[in-house]
Amino acid sequence: MIEASPRVPDAGRGIRRIRVPQKLRNLELFLLVVACGINAFAVVLVQLGAIGTVDSTVITLCASLSVLVLGMHFALRYVAPNADPFILPVASILNGIGIAVIYHIDLINGDTGWDSTAIRQVVWSAIALICAIAVVVIIRNHRVLQRYTYVFMFAAFVLLLLPMLPGVGQEIFGARVWIHIGPFSFQPGEIAKILLAIFFAGFLVQRRDTLSLVGRKILGVRFPRARDLGPILVIWALSMSVIVFQRDLGTALLYFGLFVVMLYVATGRTSWILLGGGLFLAGAIIASQTLTYVNDRFSAWLDPFSQKNYGEDGGSFQLVQGIFGLANGGLIGTGLGRGRPDITPLGQSDFIISSIGEELGLAGIFAILCLYLLLIARGLRISFAGHDDFGRLLGVGLSFVIALQCFVVIGGVTRVIPLTGLTTPFLASGGSSLMANWIIVALLLRLSDTVRNQPRLVI
Amino acid sequence: MSKELKRVAIVVLLMFGALFIATTSIQFFQTDTLAADTRNTRALYASYDAERGPILVDGQPIAMSVPIDDDYKFLRTYTNGPLYSQVTGYYTLGQGSTGIENSLGDYLSGTADSQFLARINSIITGQKPKGASVELTIDPVVQQAAWDALGDLKGSVVAIEPSTGRILAMVSKPSFDPNTLAVHDKQAVTDTYRTLIDTPGDPLINRSIDGNLYPPGSTFKIVTSSAALESGIAATDTQPNLSRFPLPGSTNTVSNAGGGTCGGGDTVSLETAFVLSCNIPMAEFGVQMGDSTLVDKAKAFGFDKELDIPMAVQPSTIRSPMTDDKLALSSFGQDEDRVTPLQVAMFSAAVANKGTIMKPNLVDSITAPDLTVLQQFEPKVFADPITSATSSTLSQFMVSAVENGAATNARIDGVSVAGKTGTAENGEDDPYTLWFTGFAPADNPRVAIAVVVEDGGGENQSGSGNSIAAPIAKQVLEAVLSK
Repeated sequence: MIEASPRVPDAGRGIRRIRVPQKLRNLELFLLVVACGINAFAVVLVQLGAIGTVDSTVITLCASLSVLVLGMHFALRYVAPNADPFILPVASILNGIGIAVIYHIDLINGDTGWDSTAIRQVVWSAIALICAIAVVVIIRNHRVLQRYTYVFMFAAFVLLLLPMLPGVGQEIFGARVWIHIGPFSFQPGEIAKILLAIFFAGFLVQRRDTLSLVGRKILGVRFPRARDLGPILVIWALSMSVIVFQRDLGTALLYFGLFVVMLYVATGRTSWILLGGGLFLAGAIIASQTLTYVNDRFSAWLDPFSQKNYGEDGGSFQLVQGIFGLANGGLIGTGLGRGRPDITPLGQSDFIISSIGEELGLAGIFAILCLYLLLIARGLRISFAGHDDFGRLLGVGLSFVIALQCFVVIGGVTRVIPLTGLTTPFLASGGSSLMANWIIVALLLRLSDTVRNQPRLVI
Repeated sequence: MSKELKRVAIVVLLMFGALFIATTSIQFFQTDTLAADTRNTRALYASYDAERGPILVDGQPIAMSVPIDDDYKFLRTYTNGPLYSQVTGYYTLGQGSTGIENSLGDYLSGTADSQFLARINSIITGQKPKGASVELTIDPVVQQAAWDALGDLKGSVVAIEPSTGRILAMVSKPSFDPNTLAVHDKQAVTDTYRTLIDTPGDPLINRSIDGNLYPPGSTFKIVTSSAALESGIAATDTQPNLSRFPLPGSTNTVSNAGGGTCGGGDTVSLETAFVLSCNIPMAEFGVQMGDSTLVDKAKAFGFDKELDIPMAVQPSTIRSPMTDDKLALSSFGQDEDRVTPLQVAMFSAAVANKGTIMKPNLVDSITAPDLTVLQQFEPKVFADPITSATSSTLSQFMVSAVENGAATNARIDGVSVAGKTGTAENGEDDPYTLWFTGFAPADNPRVAIAVVVEDGGGENQSGSGNSIAAPIAKQVLEAVLSK
């Protein structure tokens, strides 16, 4: 049913050997079975650790996720047989570990049924995976996306503005990044980051020549002309308005960082990095001086253990408790189901890395970070080996957005940078985040398939 | 584009490098300081998570961890709390711990070095960690007898087995109920703790081994007599029998307890002075032997010496060096002589055990949950303050004191009891501190005892060691002997 991939002589840039697709998919299947096994084992350990027995919840929590990731695997066999075999298993295991840790917090809080965050996370995972399968099945050629560059831009801006709309928008923990329709709440910014990555890739492919070739040289670095500064200033203004109006530092940093990196990769000009970094730093410093919530975050970051920061509203209580959680885990952790992740506020979402660090220890954190690195490396590999610049830019954008998001949120929890409210990809509870990250997985799978299987030009 | 991609990859690696470093710093290098932060409730919960081992007396738990449905999982519960409170100590949320709970805390919680393998084992097998159990040397019958005998008086009773150093009873009154400090409500614990701290009589202090210490009064004559006997001055010499002794270099004078001379005659022997508990001849012997002889003997009995039973015992003290006027007072247990009741019990223990003090100890054995014995009590020599000959002479003195001397209220029918009373002055008008120390049976000692009663036993300056402390000791000795 699956034919051997055609050996294209010049398709091997960066790839040492070309594998037969069936072998790739069989490797993926094997890794997926291992991943699903680990996920089930994690839930069993949580039950044994927390309540001492194993009941049928294990099946509820693991079955649908396992069935859907295997479903996605079989979809790939038909629609993207050359796709990267590591991406799907890595995302599955991160998703599953997240569910296990969230489930433990549910057990401590006594939440069952629809009140159980883990059950909702499973449902969201299912929805996200169905979306991801749809993306892989429907988008058979990623170059189609390039056609709608400005549609994606428009859609991204609309999504970003939605939370500001009265009646739909909702403010949670001080950040206005949610929309609320009926019983569902959603963070449109998560989906917007994908749309922005597609828009940036399409836009930069068209405009890279003007952005990279002309300009004056100052101190050995070629700076762009003033009229070419338009795009970066627009994105900067967009990020700053996210900081000011939506009070969401992390998202702003994410969008701007994504744009600057894609701009740099597209143009190869270091000056963009310097300009972007300078702009963002200036914005952040002004914000920290003028906006109290940014100022609070900064002082909580610099001195979280002082009683003043610890005690005050919007202070460092959560950060300090998260660090206590990590320290409590030590090298090997308390064991799944044995820690106290419920003590840290938002231990199931923003601070899930602290919960994991507590229960799985430094060893577990390293394993999780390595899984992320593997995922990001597979994504960057697409960019190294890709044929078309749009695909290569999109690949680096999507991979980097995962990397940056991990850095911003985990770095925030571990005091590398000030704490900002972002979700940890795949692990944290939250439907919009899961959906966005699984769609990124679908797009990366699609892109990786085309690396080995040159698609038609559609423009 | 590949050059830029490589740089992006390096940036990603640097970002993750920072995360690796930050998590390592928190989870490896800072764990101890973070666990010590008082705001870290996890460390507190974790310390309660392991089932703390019980403290046993004669195989029965006097402190144990009972499962409870709250954040701490186990509630420390003390059966007969006030009776044993000074021995077990307390174990609290936020106020630390004392007594055996503190000094053997690592064994009880299962974190002692010798339990390392067991901890690894419980991590691997997934079993809940459990602490070791501690069996005490306390004899519940003797402890109860001491508790009852002391009644509502303020003071302490310590009984030890002279041949081994095993502590059979250790009572200190006023007492407290450690259950009130074991509750899982930090505010309530703090409030109770404050109340106990402010309670007159310091119930939280184990006055058997700690606290302000007491002037030993005439019980110290055991030390002075030992020094006099062994320095040779008592064998031949007698002292002038005065009714008033001017302190050398001072206008103050010293008199005997009853006024008058010490028995009849112009001179008085050490034996008469000891049996009748006269101050003047003791002061004369002390001045004759010199301060260093007396201080050295006191140190030989354990003064100024560290001792863990396993709680740290506050060392008893004596002024050194001292001028002759101080030396005269010090010779009968005044001046700056300050002792713990345990130290006074050790005076008698030395006499009872042929001159050798066995190291006093409260712990019989420490047993892991899997029933392997982690530590078994072995008798150890603490000190050899006096020779066997001196001890038999002093033993005769002490038997005479009980039979027909100053300690007659400790007599027990059919048993030869050795004893020495003490009635120590505190201040001009302050009530006396009343003592009895001794051992029984005199020919084959099974128990050495010290009893102290503060505030003159409620009789201000009219009570004496013989009238108040000796009867208490008698009841405790009987409890041992009737076993």
